[in-house]
Amino acid sequence: MNALRYGYVTAPVLGALWCFVIAVTVAVAMSFATGAPFRPSLILSLIWGAGIGFAALFGAVALWGAALAVAALGIVGIGPMASGDGTGLVALAVGHGALALFTALGVRKILEECRIGALTRHEFEEAVIRFLTGFGYIFFTAIVLIPFYVMVMTSLKNQAELMANPLDFSIDLTQGWGLLRSYGELMTEYGFGSYLWTSFYVSVLTVLITLAFAIPGAYAVARLRFRGQALFSRSILLIYMVPMIVLALPIYIAFSMTGLRNTIFGIVIIYPVTTIPVALYMLQGYFRGLPAEIEEAGLMDGLSRLKVIWKITLPLSLPALASVSLYVFMIAWNEFLLAFMLLDDPSKFTLTRGIASLNSSEVPRQHLMAGAVIATVPIMVLFLGLERFMTKGLTAGSVKG
Amino acid sequence: MTDAVPPTGTGPLAKREARLAWGLLFPTLAAVSLVVILPLLAVFWISFKPVGLANLRPPTPIVREDIRGDLEAPGDAATLRYRLRNSSQDQPILGVTLSDAWPEGLEASELDPRCAIAEGRLSCDFGDWEGGAREQLRIPVTATEAYFAGPDATASDPALTGQAQNVLTSFDFTLENFAQVFDGSEFWAVLGVTLFYTVFGTLGALIMGLFAAMLLNKSFKGQGILRGLYLFPYVAPVIAVAFAWILLFDPFSGSANALLIQMGVSQGAINFFGERPLALIMVTLFEIWRYFPLSFLFILARMQSIDHDMYEAADMDGASPFQKFWYLSLPQLLGILSVLFLLRFIWTFNKFDDIFLLTGGNAGTRVLTVNVYEQAFALSNIGAGAAVAVVIFACLLLFSLFFFKVMSREEGL
Repeated sequence: MNALRYGYVTAPVLGALWCFVIAVTVAVAMSFATGAPFRPSLILSLIWGAGIGFAALFGAVALWGAALAVAALGIVGIGPMASGDGTGLVALAVGHGALALFTALGVRKILEECRIGALTRHEFEEAVIRFLTGFGYIFFTAIVLIPFYVMVMTSLKNQAELMANPLDFSIDLTQGWGLLRSYGELMTEYGFGSYLWTSFYVSVLTVLITLAFAIPGAYAVARLRFRGQALFSRSILLIYMVPMIVLALPIYIAFSMTGLRNTIFGIVIIYPVTTIPVALYMLQGYFRGLPAEIEEAGLMDGLSRLKVIWKITLPLSLPALASVSLYVFMIAWNEFLLAFMLLDDPSKFTLTRGIASLNSSEVPRQHLMAGAVIATVPIMVLFLGLERFMTKGLTAGSVKG
Repeated sequence: MTDAVPPTGTGPLAKREARLAWGLLFPTLAAVSLVVILPLLAVFWISFKPVGLANLRPPTPIVREDIRGDLEAPGDAATLRYRLRNSSQDQPILGVTLSDAWPEGLEASELDPRCAIAEGRLSCDFGDWEGGAREQLRIPVTATEAYFAGPDATASDPALTGQAQNVLTSFDFTLENFAQVFDGSEFWAVLGVTLFYTVFGTLGALIMGLFAAMLLNKSFKGQGILRGLYLFPYVAPVIAVAFAWILLFDPFSGSANALLIQMGVSQGAINFFGERPLALIMVTLFEIWRYFPLSFLFILARMQSIDHDMYEAADMDGASPFQKFWYLSLPQLLGILSVLFLLRFIWTFNKFDDIFLLTGGNAGTRVLTVNVYEQAFALSNIGAGAAVAVVIFACLLLFSLFFFKVMSREEGL
């Protein structure tokens, strides 16, 4: 370990690793963007990366010189990343240029405090941490974005193009609105408009019903003293852990026998029950945190308990209500199992059930992915717009999922 | 001398408060017991019963009515026919009776001894029917003038009654479901797969979450965007992301395979979700990918509440970054990590949708929850499905007991 702590060892090692990371990243990005064959070369990226890292010890001029050399090597064909025949000149220049640029930028940042000679433990660890941080950003962003990118791009292409080159996600912009063909077909031929509407109002109803049940319940658990209060707050958590699949069987049977299967009414009565425990748990935590004195003042002034809840507690807990509503909406919107088991009639599908019905060999893949995009976009928009509430809601005691 | 004793019992005010509390809680209690407690009891009940999917509809007597022969003028003869059957092939129906409005203007020349016509109604008593019973009732009739003025002979629907025993409500019990579930090595394989999935899925998500939280634990421009982005996998509908993964890792047209081949990592196409050990690893990776955001969020929230003075003091003492992480941050995070581990462990154990959508439980990825579905719907043996559900519930109770023991010592959450 100690042998590593010399600038002339640390810098090339980190430079080599970093260059390899960037080579893989750029190769994947370029392949996905153009469909042209790019591949990182393990050995060459390690060698040239070590060179850049070593050069970084001698100042900015040396670093950028080395980077420029690596970019040139890449275009000649012996760079950290190999590109197959038939790659366009622009793609070639962009790919190798980006590779050299990001390698140099990263190396400069990572090796900020490094010198040629011996490093202190502090300096060495800082450099390693900066490398890991950079790697972490790339890694997490890539694993999160790639599936969503594939989802969106697939929905814009057609089956034949996908089969011909699964890596080619370039978009033919000359088609104009034709790109959105599968969305149009979903809406007109597969009835996704009605699924969207069903999902929307089922989710909204679920939120309303859940709040109507959870607010009084949470208030009682948080504020009022009664026998069995402690037991109660525990059993909420316990109920919230009962897996849906265990309950789904009897619910299926009961619904089959009472004719509630295949009705939206059945779905609307069953969804809130899965969300009430979560909402109750989140809300009671919040109510507990509110100062009791304000409510007591209200009671002194002659308001009844219910009036106190309505006029004092609820206005104070609007942010919590917003986050709980969002979270419940998300659960209801994303719910799959119950909709899958209880709905068979295509005219009553929710969105998730509708997408599940697209998963057959007769429906082209781009339709399936367009359906997935349609289900994902509203929840993402809602989520990004109200991110503050959402993250608060998520951390307010919900590890459900 | 009297001892001062604090008042015992509850005063009127406290009583009123308790009454209000129960009043506020009642709707929730009612709803939850109706949809959680009742089904739970039902699962136990069903798990001891020989119920198949086909038994869900109790056997009913079915009748079709028609007239054989033409009735065109008064005096014409024909046969009024009722074809009756038991809808179930193997279950009896007791005390079957038929009742139908007797068409006006028809004369029955000869009547089955089990039937009678009174006050314009035909009523028959067929007694008990075996499973799969079929019967034909033929009544020779002659038309009179009044017949042609009245409505069609088959216009009124015949009413059938009969008592069928429903397996669900009967008192037949069997241990066969459990015997079937525990029989053979399959159950242990399923349990093994479940444990692998649960343990590695939970640990992986925790470690990834910890890593991601460390990345975002400093403020910089775009931190909010990245935080939002990293939550995507958790927020998106499972059905959308599961299909995106399936497409990405498709053996024939998947981008992942094309990428691996192009980069020279693999020679041929890999069937990620279709080969034995690989499929299980893939669904576990999916689980980690989908739920790391949650651990990340919780760990980040805890990290940001750690006191900064401690780190400054450590800096003064010359602690290195790794030492600070190992000796200062980690002990502070241990509480939230253990709570997260336990909760996530339980939730992962209960997970159904993800695996069901990705592989349908094929290629060695069948976990207990998928087994419930498989038994109940694919093999249409509801009883066996319920038996697996009971096993899941027992495991869950076990975990919860442990959980509450530990939870009472851990604050937070």
